[in-house]
Amino acid sequence: MNNFKFFSEGLVRSNPVFVLILGACPTLAVTTTAINGIGMGAATTFVLVSSNVLVAALKNVIPDKVRIAAFIVIIATFVTITDMVMKAFTPELYSSLGIFIPLIVVNCIILGRAEAFAQKNRVIPSLLDGLGMGIGFMLAITILASIRELLGNGSIFDIKLVGDNVSTILLFILPPGAFITYGYLIAIMNKLKTRYSNQ
Amino acid sequence: MSKPASSLRNMVLSLFGISLVMSAALGFVYNVTKEPIAAAIKAKEVSAIKEVLPAFDNDPVSTAKELNGMLFYYASSSDSLVGYAAKTFTEIGYSGRFDLMVGFLPDGTIHNIVVLEQKETPGLGTNMVLPKFKNQFLNLNIANLKDNRLLVKKDGGTIDAISAATITSRAYCDGVQRAYNAYMENFAVKE
Repeated sequence: MNNFKFFSEGLVRSNPVFVLILGACPTLAVTTTAINGIGMGAATTFVLVSSNVLVAALKNVIPDKVRIAAFIVIIATFVTITDMVMKAFTPELYSSLGIFIPLIVVNCIILGRAEAFAQKNRVIPSLLDGLGMGIGFMLAITILASIRELLGNGSIFDIKLVGDNVSTILLFILPPGAFITYGYLIAIMNKLKTRYSNQ
Repeated sequence: MSKPASSLRNMVLSLFGISLVMSAALGFVYNVTKEPIAAAIKAKEVSAIKEVLPAFDNDPVSTAKELNGMLFYYASSSDSLVGYAAKTFTEIGYSGRFDLMVGFLPDGTIHNIVVLEQKETPGLGTNMVLPKFKNQFLNLNIANLKDNRLLVKKDGGTIDAISAATITSRAYCDGVQRAYNAYMENFAVKE
């Protein structure tokens, strides 16, 4: 497998959101506006890349039995750094993502990639894997968030596309809308996958 | 190089080492971001105070007084009182607590209100920030209302609620009333 393959794997073929169905909690919870999607995706990508690199670099000094504890310490550190940096420099975004920034610690994508990929591979492939998975996550939740914002609020990236008095489908901003949109997107992904793998 | 064996010594050493390095990194980032975080919080408060009061030229944040969990900011222009901004709250929102900044003129008239922190339902409760609802409170003096009480129409008051359930509207009134009562008791210029 060449290096590009490590990167592209997470984008579509093993997309963490649509194919691996990992990290569904932030996927469903923060995707009310497209800006939130990008912000959450960027924060997660940063944590994922940093923790993948460090786990890969330290894999030969961590004894097997305490590896999960060590991974969590590493991940929690990067999440806390992200938390403080966002609070300092992007306070608006920070307040709209709220509790979900600290909760990146328990995002399964991050521990999952540390366990399944980074601890068995070298630093460069781990970095590319983290970047691919992170960007795949960001793309997926931004698509999901854009659809929800468009249908539920009539806007995209806070740009209002309909008049103030047009009623929008409020359901899509509320939690059930997240599940409905997520379900349809997974169905579309599966359809596309079977079509392309048959050819 | 192969993985070290999971002996007690190795496990303790590696976890201790990792924790040590990570704590050092966190301490460093904490020091770097401490001031920007404080500045960002202050900037947010100052801009909210500016929005709810007429022009002033002192530094209200340094005069903040705490009272029953609320914060009162004194604003003055060339040393004469402009009004007080009250950072108030309510516990009865649809998703629990939310915070408001209410600007009172010296006689207790509401100058403006902004919503600070809220988790109300998007598209329903969050409509409390829209002018249609908020404008009902501008230049309102609760002293002119029946029993000095700010209530939604459903409860026999004067405020048009934003939705039929009136949960957010009622909570909003509760927050403003809380600030008003404390303000009249402690800060208002007595005649």
